[in-house]
Amino acid sequence: MTALTTDRDGTSAGTVEDAAIRTSGLTRRFGSHIAVNDVSLSVPRGAVFGFLGPNGSGKTTTIRLLLGLMAAHNGEIEVLGAPMPRMAASVLPRVGVLVEGPAFYPYLSGQANLRRLDSLDATTDPATSKARIASALDRVGLAAAARKNYRRYSLGMKQRLGLAAALLRPRDLLILDEPTNGLDPQGTREVRSLIRDLAADGRTVLVSSHLLAEIEQVATHVGIMSGGRLLRQGTLAEVMSSATAVLRIDTAATALAIGVLERLGLSVDHIAPDWISAKIAEHKPEHVNAELVRAGVPVRGLALQQPALEDLFVELTGEGFDVVR
Amino acid sequence: MRGSTLSADTAIAPATAAAPVRHRGVLGRQLRSELLMVFRRKRNIAMLVVLALVPILIGTAVYLSAPRPGEGPPLVNQIAGNGLFLAFAALTICLPVFLPLAVSVVAGDAVAGEASSGTLRYLLTVPVSRTRLFFVKSAGVLAYVAFAILLVVAVGTVLGAVLFGIHGVTLLSGDTVSIGTGFARTAGIALFVFVDLLGLAAMALFFSTLTEVPIGAMAATVVCAIVFAVLESVPQLGAFRSLLLTHNWLGFAELLRPVVQLRVLVDDTYIPLAYTAIFGTAAWARLMTADVTS
Repeated sequence: MTALTTDRDGTSAGTVEDAAIRTSGLTRRFGSHIAVNDVSLSVPRGAVFGFLGPNGSGKTTTIRLLLGLMAAHNGEIEVLGAPMPRMAASVLPRVGVLVEGPAFYPYLSGQANLRRLDSLDATTDPATSKARIASALDRVGLAAAARKNYRRYSLGMKQRLGLAAALLRPRDLLILDEPTNGLDPQGTREVRSLIRDLAADGRTVLVSSHLLAEIEQVATHVGIMSGGRLLRQGTLAEVMSSATAVLRIDTAATALAIGVLERLGLSVDHIAPDWISAKIAEHKPEHVNAELVRAGVPVRGLALQQPALEDLFVELTGEGFDVVR
Repeated sequence: MRGSTLSADTAIAPATAAAPVRHRGVLGRQLRSELLMVFRRKRNIAMLVVLALVPILIGTAVYLSAPRPGEGPPLVNQIAGNGLFLAFAALTICLPVFLPLAVSVVAGDAVAGEASSGTLRYLLTVPVSRTRLFFVKSAGVLAYVAFAILLVVAVGTVLGAVLFGIHGVTLLSGDTVSIGTGFARTAGIALFVFVDLLGLAAMALFFSTLTEVPIGAMAATVVCAIVFAVLESVPQLGAFRSLLLTHNWLGFAELLRPVVQLRVLVDDTYIPLAYTAIFGTAAWARLMTADVTS
């Protein structure tokens, strides 16, 4: 129960305003398992923040803590410049949320479900409710299915309705947990363009996803979680710069080449019969090539492979299906 | 941080200049939405239909068998002699099983139903504060309980008037009171039954905050009602039995005496009201602090 850093008189509002989401030392345990471990997240205003991590890495728990659905055991949370969950009543109307998939009343239509949510919102104007619901449904391509029971929606339609709920009113921040889950390629593209539109409007978007290629296309910033810890965060370029490029050398004389690379201090990470690859670190590829030629290695091909976000992700969070505890 | 959710409701000071404005009439909108959720639910309507059938079946049966005065069970004779007694008989029959069942289903579903469908997390992020959610949910349950009781009374009274006519009421003692007094006493009985069921509704609401499985909360409440009935039938428990919620459930019989002793009626409501206060507070406290993980 530490004091919050926000100055409610507004004297330090300028610095606070820079981050749409800021946590420090955020911690949440479940019994002996630490689901969120000392996470200090910083999502700048206007950013599209890709929130990444394997299943069970603590992303969703972090999101639940941000929204006040769960109580933190330690740490502080600020959303849109105000402490959470204390200021939930004034903060959350400005936050559009899709958390752990859509959830609606199965026996009500899509439209009736949105009407229910809108009528509970103390800060929306009931006079504009109908128009806002129609435009939200239209925006996600559900206008034709507005009167259909939610129970009869496909997975993709359910997901779209979840997005419509997040867009029921103008938001300053959208927290979208796996927004493309269950969507077809067209739907995925639409979500991507929706996120771009929101960002172009100056909204901040925190989007968690397993589809790293998707994130790479829309995110300006990323954060990578694993085992409850936030391993990396920053602009996409900053985070990617910590990923090491890989140099692939095609040669029949692999043993000789390995010798050269080891002398240069490069770590060989893959050995095939007719090629090897190594993390290049700070070495220049042309320098490595010169050394190989000088040592008499018959180099057939040399390729510098820039890592994708996925490579960095796997590098940081491990391979395979093992859920990190 | 754990306790800080408690103050979420009181946060009205805007965090920034762009903080949203609260519109007027919000509570009315929220209550209306909740009432629509409760009263449009097919299951809840079906239970109301069953409850309305009770006076209809009793009335029809008594009308068709039409025992001559002096024959047949006393209650049946009363009904045949005066339509007002149909409402009373129907309430008496609904009180041990049908009404508690309906209350358990609606109140047990109140929070657990939202948790199981996952809609609870979206209600809380609208945001609806936890305190507000508790009161709106409670109001929905109370409205349903009140409506269920009034439905039984109304159907019983109307059908009783049509089939048997309404006269001055002959009481258990044989005394007769005016029609006006008869209606007032019927209303008193309905109110007494409502207070009885409040205690059960509060228990169901509390169980509803403990689980994400609505049927679990409903079953727990029904089991409690059964356990109360069983314990009630064990005389060895002595005075302990007066602490059971159902101990004085049928205390409304006092209203059928020539001179009603208000003191006795009020005393009988202490236990249900105590259950309401204890379980209502527990439900609120639980909802305020519960992690929403569904």
